[in-house]
Amino acid sequence: MSSELLPHTLEAHPVTGMYNGKFGVWLFLASEVMLFGALFSAYILLRTHGDFPSHKETLLDYRFGALNTFLLITSSVTMVMAWASFKLNDPGKGKMYLWITVILSCAFLFIKIKFEYLHKIHEGITPSYSTFYGIYYCMTGLHGLHILGGVVVMLYFLTVGAGLWNKNPHQFTNRIECTGLYWHFVDLVWIFLFPVFYLL
Amino acid sequence: MSSDHHAHNPGFISKYVFSLDHKVIGVQYTVTSLIFLFFGFSLMMIMRWQLAYPGESIPLVGGWLGKYLVDNNGVLLPEGYNALGAMHGTIMVFLGVVPLAVGGFGNYVMPLQIGAPDMAFPKLNMASYWVYFLGGVTMLAGFFVPGGAANSGWTSYPPLADIANTVGTHPFWNGQTVWLLGMVLLITSSLLGSVNFIVTIMHLRVKGLTMFRLPFFVWAQFVTSFLLLLAFPPLEAAGVLQLMDRAFHTSFFMPEGLVVSGVVQDQFAGGGSPLLWQHLFWFLAHPEVYVLILPAIGIVGEIIANNTRRPLWGYKTLVYSVIFLGFMSFVVWAHHMFLTGMGTAMSTFFQTTTMIISIPSVVILTALLLSLWQGSIRFTVPMLFALSFLPMFAIGGLTGLPLGLSASDIQLHDTYYVIGHFHYVVAPGTIMALLGGIYFWYPKVTGRKMSTFLGHLHFWPSFVFMNTVFFPMFMVGLAGISRRLWDQTEYVQGIDVQGWVRMSSWGAWALGLAQIPFIINFFYSAFAGKKVNENPWKATTLEWAAPSPPPHGNFAEVPVAYRGPYEYSVPDAKEDFHPQHVPDSQLV
Amino acid sequence: MAASAEEVRKSIKSYMLVFGALAVLTVITVAASWLKVSVALGIFIALVIASVKGSLVASVFMHLTGEKATLYWVLIISAFFFILLILIPVIQNSETAHLIDQVT
Ligand code: HEM
Ligand SMILES: [Cu+2]
Repeated sequence: MSSELLPHTLEAHPVTGMYNGKFGVWLFLASEVMLFGALFSAYILLRTHGDFPSHKETLLDYRFGALNTFLLITSSVTMVMAWASFKLNDPGKGKMYLWITVILSCAFLFIKIKFEYLHKIHEGITPSYSTFYGIYYCMTGLHGLHILGGVVVMLYFLTVGAGLWNKNPHQFTNRIECTGLYWHFVDLVWIFLFPVFYLL
Repeated sequence: MSSDHHAHNPGFISKYVFSLDHKVIGVQYTVTSLIFLFFGFSLMMIMRWQLAYPGESIPLVGGWLGKYLVDNNGVLLPEGYNALGAMHGTIMVFLGVVPLAVGGFGNYVMPLQIGAPDMAFPKLNMASYWVYFLGGVTMLAGFFVPGGAANSGWTSYPPLADIANTVGTHPFWNGQTVWLLGMVLLITSSLLGSVNFIVTIMHLRVKGLTMFRLPFFVWAQFVTSFLLLLAFPPLEAAGVLQLMDRAFHTSFFMPEGLVVSGVVQDQFAGGGSPLLWQHLFWFLAHPEVYVLILPAIGIVGEIIANNTRRPLWGYKTLVYSVIFLGFMSFVVWAHHMFLTGMGTAMSTFFQTTTMIISIPSVVILTALLLSLWQGSIRFTVPMLFALSFLPMFAIGGLTGLPLGLSASDIQLHDTYYVIGHFHYVVAPGTIMALLGGIYFWYPKVTGRKMSTFLGHLHFWPSFVFMNTVFFPMFMVGLAGISRRLWDQTEYVQGIDVQGWVRMSSWGAWALGLAQIPFIINFFYSAFAGKKVNENPWKATTLEWAAPSPPPHGNFAEVPVAYRGPYEYSVPDAKEDFHPQHVPDSQLV
Repeated sequence: MAASAEEVRKSIKSYMLVFGALAVLTVITVAASWLKVSVALGIFIALVIASVKGSLVASVFMHLTGEKATLYWVLIISAFFFILLILIPVIQNSETAHLIDQVT
């Protein structure tokens, strides 16, 4: 094999229509569906099971949730724009969009931690307070870790990994596309988490 | 991903430790998991002493086991018994059989069988091994933390597991919590592996190797990977929830006002459901049993075709059965929960799906049996193992049926009968098949054959003692003895079956001794075994087209597949086998 | 998908449209939660809106519409098992209901 790339590292496979990395990310996302699926299932079970607090009593402030939803869908757009810019051979713009995505996600995490978690914990509402807060901390926390992971990957491509663009722009763009797929999925999970925890 | 910086003179570390080569990683997995298998087995040999001779000090090792396992006289403590049992199950399943069957055999053989230079993501492959390794170390660390290792069974049922290993010990650094952390790592490792396997099988097949020309073993790995990919995450979620329960006193699995040993568990607010864990656990763990068995079936298929010198009977039937089996394995999980107060509608449903899933199992077994029909069988060592797999897997499968019927399961649930059932599938079944696989592919990996004499010395006693260990369990279970008892002679019916229990224990120790020829053979043959060419078994599939051992990058030139995987005994042909990579023009 | 530069430029327009739609739908979900409807209907409305948003993200941002059958199969299988998972509470509740029947 020596210095050649493995087959289908860059070019899509004729049957699956995907290159290796993209297929891999999709499979990973399929497993993520099952991960969050199990947690949503746990949520429904706990909620229908017993003394789950009744809702609309503004357990959580929906305004933070809505603001964060807005931040995340915006970041999804900037992410896809970053990919489109690299695809159109405009790395400057691509990097700019990627930076915006990073900033938006950091803002998301900041609001989540500073105004929501820490505030609640300050009020004495920790995960053990009730099963509602338990599953809330657990699911949003896991989602937050996913955001954090995405930020790390984006920062990697903006700094240490940026050199790949000069060596192999095609491969670099592919990697941005894979990051994007993951990122949109994380956004998609939030789209469900928001009504489930803040509105219902 | 490229591995260019690897091509020239790699150092020792990057060649053998942090290697990106699927073959090295496969060997790493194999050796590590064999060590874990032996370790897990040793735990059981200790437990069998307590069962055979309750309350007597353990000979040889009793003094060495430490205060969490034994008392001052070297007698196994009840908590120690539970810890050994929980760790035995966990180690055998998650650190032994799966890593050997998937990480070891899958990694080494599958890319060769599809003619690929490597796995699709070599770095991910390496990561998967090292995360597994870390998970193993974490699991073992359980033995050394205050309070000793996890002792709530490999199933870790709450509410027990939520409060186990906590009193007076470190809030995080304790057996059950460490167990959960270890599980999360192991799950991550198999996720990385399964993504890699699926992409590799779909994308890196050589020219001409259509899906229906794939060796049966590759199909088995393909379906297994989907099971790992989609069934493991629910357990990961459940593990995180249990971790939260233990570390932050959430009450996901804790009902309100539970009293355990006279202590009200009021550190939990309550409101949770212990059965939630059971659902999420078995959502993984039933597919997991097919993860344990499918690669073994694949190996047996390869060995049988090669040693009967006949095509596998009903190749497509086998493939469709395996796919169907994989799919159905997601729809039967609650047959482990018949006794949790399930309504009759639900138990009827899961009873029906369980009966349906046994159909493809029987089809597979029948097809493999029919493959023997009229074959000119070569009784090589791998073939002996493969042949022994068939009846023992059959016993395991058939004894599952009474468990799958909710009425008879009332009697049998949580008795030694269940233990007998699944061990017949996993130990005499899967483990015998995996051992056969080692004898079969050893020449490919090392370029040398294992000793046939030592092979026989390994096979025959193992075959006898496997049955000596596990058959008595059916008797003990039918007599009504529960599993996980520290001393069954406290019950009248336990005294009656003590003879069977002792027989099983002696069988276990003898089985341990029977592995000595194998261990010797494994190391000795690597240096002194008979040297072989690239195709010592006269086999047809692509791994035998590569040199033994295959170099980095595997094939001297990229092979092309001209035909299906098992063209043996073609009428009117010069040779009795037609390798997949040889064009027709060179065969006549 | 989106092989040529021309196609990428075209899809940028659809990205902006989807962005707008997602923003509007978020506002609608919040507004709908103020409606005085039964709990069941409220949950239904919220989940329908979330599903619409989710499908928009998946089909446009993640380019699902341009993919081939292999990926669809993978996702269909996962969706099936996902539904099974979500059914756990139903199975579970049928169990407890049965127990309560016995007690009363
Ligand atoms: C072919 C048909 C099979 C049927 C109908 C079947 C049925 C069952 C049932 C109903 C149980 C639950 C018994 C109880 O707890 O009361 C069970 C337990 C078990 N089975 Fe099977 N099974 C089959 C094959 C397998 C295979 C192939 C494996 C593994 C390779 C396996 C491994 C297990 C394990 C590990 C348990 C016990 C888990 C525990 O409670 O610790 N089974 N089986
Ligand atoms: Cu099962």
